[in-house]
Amino acid sequence: MTWLLALILLPLIGSAAVAVLRNNRRVAKLTAFVFSLATLALVVPLWLSYDPDGERLQQTSSMDWIPAWGIHISFGIDGIALVMIAVIGLLVPMVVLLFGVTDKLPSGRTPGGFLSLILLQQGLTIAVFAATDVFLFYVLFEVMLIPMYFLIGNYGGANRQYAAVKFFLYSFLGGLIMLASAIGAYSLAADELGQGTFDWQTLTEVVSQAPLTTQIWLFLGFFVAFAVKAPLVPFHTWLPDAAGQAPIGVAVILVGVLDKVGTFGFLRYSLPMFPDASAELAPLVLVLAVAGILYASIVAAGQQDMKRFIAYVSIAHFGFIALGIFAFTEQAQVGAVTYMLNHSLATGMLILVLGMVIARGGSTKISDYGGMSKVTPLLAGFLLVAGLSTMSLPGTNAFISEFLVLLGSFESRPVYAILATIGMILAAIYVLWTYQRIMQGPVRGDALVGAGGGPGTAQAPAKAARKAIKDVGSRELIVLVPLVALIIGLGVYPKPVLDTVTPSVQPTVSVGEGEGNE
Amino acid sequence: MDLAQGGPATALGVPSIDVAAVLPLLIIFTAGAVGVLLEAALPRQQRWPAQVALSLASVVGAGVALAFYATGDFERLTTFRAEEASSGALAVDAPALFLWGTLLALGLLALLLIADRSVEPGGAFVSRAALRGNAGGTDTLTTEKTFTGMQTEVFPLTLFALGGMMTFCAANDLLTMFIALEVLSLPLYLMCGLARRRRLISQEAAVKYFLLGAFASAFFLYGVAMLYGYAGSVHLADIANAASGTDRSDTLLFAGFGLLAIGLLFKGSVGPFHTWTPDVYQGAPTPVTGFMAACTKVAAFGGLIRVLTVSFESTSWEWRGVLTAVAIVSMAIGAILGLTQRDVKRMIAYSSVAHAGFLLVGAMALTEDGLSATLFYLLAYGFTTLAAFGVISLVRDSSGEATDLSAWAGLAKRSPLVAAVFTFLLLALAGIPLTSGFVGKFAVFEAALSDGMAPLVVVALVASAVAAFFYLRVVVLMYFSEPAPDGPAVTVPGAFTTTAIAVGTIATLVLGVLPTFALDWASAGGFTF
Repeated sequence: MTWLLALILLPLIGSAAVAVLRNNRRVAKLTAFVFSLATLALVVPLWLSYDPDGERLQQTSSMDWIPAWGIHISFGIDGIALVMIAVIGLLVPMVVLLFGVTDKLPSGRTPGGFLSLILLQQGLTIAVFAATDVFLFYVLFEVMLIPMYFLIGNYGGANRQYAAVKFFLYSFLGGLIMLASAIGAYSLAADELGQGTFDWQTLTEVVSQAPLTTQIWLFLGFFVAFAVKAPLVPFHTWLPDAAGQAPIGVAVILVGVLDKVGTFGFLRYSLPMFPDASAELAPLVLVLAVAGILYASIVAAGQQDMKRFIAYVSIAHFGFIALGIFAFTEQAQVGAVTYMLNHSLATGMLILVLGMVIARGGSTKISDYGGMSKVTPLLAGFLLVAGLSTMSLPGTNAFISEFLVLLGSFESRPVYAILATIGMILAAIYVLWTYQRIMQGPVRGDALVGAGGGPGTAQAPAKAARKAIKDVGSRELIVLVPLVALIIGLGVYPKPVLDTVTPSVQPTVSVGEGEGNE
Repeated sequence: MDLAQGGPATALGVPSIDVAAVLPLLIIFTAGAVGVLLEAALPRQQRWPAQVALSLASVVGAGVALAFYATGDFERLTTFRAEEASSGALAVDAPALFLWGTLLALGLLALLLIADRSVEPGGAFVSRAALRGNAGGTDTLTTEKTFTGMQTEVFPLTLFALGGMMTFCAANDLLTMFIALEVLSLPLYLMCGLARRRRLISQEAAVKYFLLGAFASAFFLYGVAMLYGYAGSVHLADIANAASGTDRSDTLLFAGFGLLAIGLLFKGSVGPFHTWTPDVYQGAPTPVTGFMAACTKVAAFGGLIRVLTVSFESTSWEWRGVLTAVAIVSMAIGAILGLTQRDVKRMIAYSSVAHAGFLLVGAMALTEDGLSATLFYLLAYGFTTLAAFGVISLVRDSSGEATDLSAWAGLAKRSPLVAAVFTFLLLALAGIPLTSGFVGKFAVFEAALSDGMAPLVVVALVASAVAAFFYLRVVVLMYFSEPAPDGPAVTVPGAFTTTAIAVGTIATLVLGVLPTFALDWASAGGFTF
């Protein structure tokens, strides 16, 4: 058994164990935490055994599933998948640890079910990144929706039913259209080889030789699925609802990792399988990407709700990632891949910190807060770090990614790069302005003032609020300090990640280069 | 095999019958006839155990006979097909064997549901409606009033219908097919009206089904007549020869085909010939609805795909456009009208209309892949639907089954297991991966796409996504809503219903995760004629 298989199975076993033990809250929580930590520990040997300059796919394993259609259960990773698996390995223990601190479950729900679904989600997500059979990838891509659907629908905010169904249907429809393309690619292979297959490498070799029109149709099918998932404007409208209604921990996983399946799919499936179509349709994607950056940045600045704010920030960042991928230069694509990692860290931390703010104030509305830094200075500091990383300030991890994306895309697509740069300025506006509204100025807002007690305390709101609201606790510190260390560490010394990712990106670049730079 | 060898009276000889091949049929029909006798001979108290034992034993026995024939003697099967069946009334070929197996397996589960007496006293087919409360009336016979017996005629009726369905999908000429159609339909009309506790709606369903079914049979018969006029024979293979080898009037051929197709599509509840489906599904006793939904669909599509492949393959360019339109209409009607339903049984009825559209997509492919895909889809859909109706029969309030959707709110809190099973079945109906519904859809779409029907596949995919919404709505209701204070209770099912639901659910899972064995069976061979 490879490390990879163990890494897929461990969370699934953990999920079953927690489901069995769900009646005992304490044991269930402990089991979930132990399993998530063990999963994180398994990432270490996986990373160490990965040779960036070796084979394209490593840690491979394969067994027959449905031989009649050439379907295998096969897994393997490249540098891109490795990075994403590491991220979800890192984020899940944090979510489990902070469970109960940031999340208040709706009445009548038990933590066991929640944690079991989180671990199930983790196992399936790792499997999606690791799948090297297109059919298996599709199956996991859709099955992965089910735990998330229940996580949002069962444990989310007031409007959770609507959000859960919308999330599911958007992704499901996108996935179905992808399925049509996958079957199309399969029958292409069946015509070409005499025997159909869904093996990623074989399929890529066959389909990438197909005529341009065929490629364009097949590309569009995959593109819709990934554009919904990633999400690109105008396929994005489910995310603000889903992230807005999801519990904090779920939002971290949804925005931090799950959505990356979309951009991952561009890199692993769209570009290598349909190189000509990718080059041909790149302008379309780039327009959507840049439009997304600008539109989502402006909308983010206008948000009243913290969780919806995060959703729009992410949509803007996904625009940058898509720009990097479809710019077809090595720099831009390396930038895009590291952006996927850094966005997970930065946005993940932003969500967690805002979740802590929400847990203290009991409201998600930004206008319910004000001057909070006088009450909880440490929390304010963490929010600032997360915010600065989100706006890609030099010295934080995201800077190098955004810089590489812009530099790389300026080479091949200067107009789009220049337009995207405006997004950086807008990022400073939405981050700083939101920080200012929540943290700075005199202590004000219903959430803070009201927390102090009755109306008699109105003359000294800061004092009263300080009594009622505690600053960052030890559990929160355990989560936040490593994140800050990673954000600054990778900002100063990004080499390990760049070295891991670069060789995996090169084949995709060379694939697109032929036509991409004409 | 020449069960119905025609010809002048002078040439009348003993038809050659391969008894081993038709043994399953014989067992089922004999058991049906014996069941009628039992009904007349036995005292009332003994009828239920006797009938249940007889029907279950006959279905299992037929299954064993089928298995022996299909596995033990495949050599003879192939030679037999080549020599004997060419002029025979029945073609016991690989697809027929698969369909028989499917029908027997589904029929067994349906019988288990029908036989159950634990869910409501006396079962759904109680002989006296007055048993519920003081439904005023003379109480001269107090012993009968406390007797919770069941109207056991339903068992022989089920067996006759099952036998008719099996004949229908093996019929090699149109007359046999028509007779089989009547044999399967007449018992079904009766069975629809057997819900004595909800008498009005049940009888309304029976009358509707009968009237519309009679029209459909008439259409079918007109079609047969026209095709006879065209080809001078009712044998499927002769029609194919006539169509490819001559320049006779196409009007007769296509008018005949159209009328025939209407009759078949009606039975398969393909839109726009589906109008009976919601009412009948809602009104019929739930176990009967399950039987109809699963088995009638298998029979109808088994017959349809045989007719299309054997008789009309050479003219497929002419009719494919029409059937494409029918498939699209069916999928659209099923998916869109399903959204507006407030009743679980009606919702599943519209879902079956949508599924009929998907099945038609596969049936039109006319390739080996298309055949095996359709057969697999029928098997998968049958198990899922039967289990779903089994679950529906469990959720009840004081007035019987609580089929209104609002009654299902918060069911997961009260009975998590039932809600989980039903969710799984709904996901299978929606075609989510790792369920049999997905594998079936995939197989059908793959076959259609390889046969050059890409636009139709895209429409089908969109329809699946729309249909997914109303399945999800039920999941939302069960899991995310608060239960109503006077909501329904979930009855603890007896062994029969439990077995049926469990087998259906497990089959849905197994066919979704490890479909290879069933796919191999389904692609064991093509039609012979």
